[in-house]
Amino acid sequence: MNFWETPVGWTILTVAHILAVTVVLLLTIAFIIYGDRKIFAGVQARKGPNVVGPFGLLQSFADLGKFLIKELVIPAGADKAVYLLAPIISVTLALGAWAVMPIAPGWMVSDINVGILYLFAVSSMGVYGIIMGGWASNSKYPFLGSLRSAAQMVSYEVSIGFVIITVILIAGSMNLTDITEAQAGWLINWNMFGGSKEGTLNNLPLILIMFPMGVIFFISGLAETNRPPFDLPEAESELVAGYAVEYGSTPYMLFYLAETANIVLMSGLMAVLFLGGWHAPWPEGYLAAWPAWLASLHGLVFYALKTFFVFFMNAMVRSIVPRYRYDQLMRLGWKVFLPTSLVAVFAVAGWLVYTGLPG
Amino acid sequence: MALQAIAFYLMALVTVAAGFCVVSARNPVHSVLWLILAFFSAAGLFVLMGAEFLAMLLVVVYVGAVAVLFLFVVMMLDVDFTALRQGFARYMPLGLVIAGFLAAEMVLVSATVAGRGAAADAKAPAASGADSALSNAEAIGRVLYTDYVYFFQAAGLVLLVAMIGAIVLTLRHKPGVKRQVIMNQVLRTPKTGMRIRDLKPGEGIGE
Repeated sequence: MNFWETPVGWTILTVAHILAVTVVLLLTIAFIIYGDRKIFAGVQARKGPNVVGPFGLLQSFADLGKFLIKELVIPAGADKAVYLLAPIISVTLALGAWAVMPIAPGWMVSDINVGILYLFAVSSMGVYGIIMGGWASNSKYPFLGSLRSAAQMVSYEVSIGFVIITVILIAGSMNLTDITEAQAGWLINWNMFGGSKEGTLNNLPLILIMFPMGVIFFISGLAETNRPPFDLPEAESELVAGYAVEYGSTPYMLFYLAETANIVLMSGLMAVLFLGGWHAPWPEGYLAAWPAWLASLHGLVFYALKTFFVFFMNAMVRSIVPRYRYDQLMRLGWKVFLPTSLVAVFAVAGWLVYTGLPG
Repeated sequence: MALQAIAFYLMALVTVAAGFCVVSARNPVHSVLWLILAFFSAAGLFVLMGAEFLAMLLVVVYVGAVAVLFLFVVMMLDVDFTALRQGFARYMPLGLVIAGFLAAEMVLVSATVAGRGAAADAKAPAASGADSALSNAEAIGRVLYTDYVYFFQAAGLVLLVAMIGAIVLTLRHKPGVKRQVIMNQVLRTPKTGMRIRDLKPGEGIGE
C-alpha cells in the first residue's frame, strides 16, 4: 500500500491541500481588496492606493500589518467569549466554504455529492458571526446592524435557494463537478444561456428564465454578502459602522477578511452555477492531448477569469448604485425575487418534464 | 472503523453537552448559541451515518434560518431573570415528573427499537425499486414521492395552514399610514406629477 493511501498519509496530504487552497485564497483576497479599492477610486476619478509597493499593490499587506499590531480593546460591557468568538466563526465559515469549490478539474479539497447544499448551508451560517458580534458588543449601533443583517440574510437566502434549485434541475445533480461538466461546450451551453447539453441547443428557450435567474442570483449575492447597495448592516450614514463599531485590531480584520472571502465565494459560485465554471467558452476537445496538470491549470485560469469578472461587476455595482432603504430591500427580496424565482422553478421543471428529464 | 468511532463519540459528546448547556445557561442568548452547536453536531452525526443530504438540510433549515429567528427574537426580549427564577422551587416537582415520563418513554422506545433491530421496520430502498448506487437525495425523493406521497402532501398542507394563520394573525392595515406604492411611482408621468404655472412677479400661488 502506498504511503499516501494510509490514514496518516491521507491526513497529511489533505491538510497540505487545505493549506495550499487557503494560502492562495488569502493572497487572492489581498489583491481583490486592492482591486476593489482601485475600481472604487477609478469610478470616483481618484487614484486609490498608490503608495505601498509598485502601483500600491502591497497596500493590503500594509493594512494587515497595521491591524495586527494595533491594541485589542474589548468593551467593558461586552460578552467577552461571544465577542471574540464572532469574528473567528465568520472567518472559519468563509474559508471553510472553499473546501468544495470546483476551482479546476480534480483540484477541489472535497468533491462531495451535496456540494452545492454545503455551500448554501455554510453561506447561510455566515450571518451568525455578524449577529453574535453585534449582540456581544453591548452597544446600540452594532445591535441594530446585526438585527438588520439577520433579517436581510434570511430574506435573500430564500431566493438564492430557489435559483440554485433551477440550476440543480438543469444539471440533474447537486455535485458541483457534475454541474460544471454539464455546462461544457460553447458559451451557449452555460446555464446562464439555458444550459443545453454539449453540441445541442435543446434547452435554448430556457435562456428566457435562466438569464434573469443569473441576475437575481448576482443581486441576492450582493445582499447576502452585505455589499453595497445592500450594506444596511454597516450603513455608515445611519449606523456608523454597524456590527463592527466596537471592533478593532485583529478581530475587525477577521470580519473584513470574512466579508471579502464571502464576496469572492459568491463570485466563484456565480461562475460555477451560471458561467460554466472551469470550462472555456468553446469546446475543449484539445485538452485530451494535454497532461492532466496542464488541463487543470487551463481550467483554473478560466475559473479565475470568470470569478474576477463577476467580482468586477460586483465592485462596479458598489461604486455606482446608491444604498437601498431598508423597506425597499425587504420588498425586493420578498415581493419581487421570491415570487419570480418560485415561478422560475416551476417553469424550468415544467420545461424539463416536457422535453424529457436529463440523464 | 476506529476513526469513525472517535468522530462519533466526539460529536455525540458535543451534542449532549451542548444540549445540557441549552437548559443550564443563564443567558437566553447563550442558550440559543448552544442550541445551534447542538444542531450543528447533530448534522455531523447525520454525515457519519451517510445521510449527507439530511445533514445539509438540517444545517440550512435549522441552523441557517430557524435558529437565526430564535436568536433574533431572544435578543430583542427584555427578560427579567429574577422573575424567571422565582417559581423555580414550586414548579420543580411537576417539571421532574414530566421529565421522568419523557425519559421513561424514550428508554422504552429505544429499547423496543434496539430489541427489534434498528432498521427492521424501515423500508429498504430496494423495495421501492431503487438501487444502492442512488445518491442520498434521490433515494429520499423516490420514497417520498411514491410510498409517502399523501403524508408528504398532508405535511405541506399543515405548513400552508400554519403560514396563512401566521399572516392572518399579524397582518393589519392601519388606516392613515403613508405607504410607498411602487406602482404609482412607476406610472407617474410628467403630466400627472408636474404642473407648470405661470407666476407673475409679486404673486404667490393662491391655493
